[in-house]
Amino acid sequence: MVTVDDVWAALAEIPDPEIPVISLVDLGVIKDVEIEEGRVRIEFTPTFLGCPALEYMQRAMEAKVDELGAKAEVRVVLDDSWSTDKITPEGREKLRVAGFAPPAPREAGKLKLVELQRGGFRCPYCGSTETRLENLFGPTPCRSIRYCDACRQPFEQFKTL
Amino acid sequence: MSERTDLLIAIADDELFLGWRNSEWTGIAPFLEEDVAFSSIAQNEIGHARALYELAAAELGTTADELAFDRTPDEYRCAPLVQLRRLEWARTIARHWLYETADEIRLAALKASDDPDIAGIAAKMDREEAYHRMHAEMWVDRLLSTEEGRARLDEALDELWPYALGVLDDELRPELRRRAEERLGRELPDAEPVSRGAHEAELAGLWEEMTMVRRSAPAGTQW
Repeated sequence: MVTVDDVWAALAEIPDPEIPVISLVDLGVIKDVEIEEGRVRIEFTPTFLGCPALEYMQRAMEAKVDELGAKAEVRVVLDDSWSTDKITPEGREKLRVAGFAPPAPREAGKLKLVELQRGGFRCPYCGSTETRLENLFGPTPCRSIRYCDACRQPFEQFKTL
Repeated sequence: MSERTDLLIAIADDELFLGWRNSEWTGIAPFLEEDVAFSSIAQNEIGHARALYELAAAELGTTADELAFDRTPDEYRCAPLVQLRRLEWARTIARHWLYETADEIRLAALKASDDPDIAGIAAKMDREEAYHRMHAEMWVDRLLSTEEGRARLDEALDELWPYALGVLDDELRPELRRRAEERLGRELPDAEPVSRGAHEAELAGLWEEMTMVRRSAPAGTQW
């Protein structure tokens, strides 16, 4: 019999389609796994509503559960339960090693442009905090572009959401 | 159609059309970073439209794609503000700031909804919209920092203000005026709102382009 732990372990092998160094479990987008009468129910929430890889990820999860010899029902939940604070500590470290600055912790209150325009965000390459905002937007919805004045390298900053 | 689906479709139409209008800057913005920014904003807005259409579609027994693309131009409920094609930078920024500010006021109301699906999507949208608002604020600051920028922004605001009022229901309009006058440091005209339900001439051209591929293929085509 497939257990809930087996399913979590299998889902941890699915890379994020846009940032493959991190898995769906690291990213914190799997809300819940339940098994009832042999059927696996997975609740999943996208990082961004405009994520183009939703169906791809649903199919990848179904295929993984298939390999365990069970059938999966994947339910996409469009509520407000995901934030970048759900990325696991392991996930944050994997992002950093791959050259993506992990998101700053979400603080209470409104995100402010001046805070993003200040230094203080750490360059994932050299560790300097002498960095500045280059573009609020980047190659995918979840990333901004910053520039490091110390090592003169642009880098991708995971947005705090 | 219920009051709930009317509301969802109206907002989805706003986000879909604005997403298309924003995407018109892809490749031709004044500089590369703005190509990236407006393209990314467009992707978010169209994603919001999809989520809202899906919620309406579940109630109506249809699909998000059918709601987005299979209606006639007259059936769209988007505010005239997002129908306008304004490929002039100050007008784009004025529309961007006015829409995002109106949208923030609207989302705050939706987040307080008793309907958990609507409140949930609104809260999720609002996290993403925070970046759109910061982008709009950054550009308003930049335009307000020079005389020429101020003059161009003012001209665009004079034109677009009645349209901006039309994004919101009556009761939310005073809040938009209060925020806009305070932020932009000027009075805005007492104008009759150009309200939802009106169709600008530019709507037809966008509709042609937006639905062209879908109309060219027989119903039921699997992409």
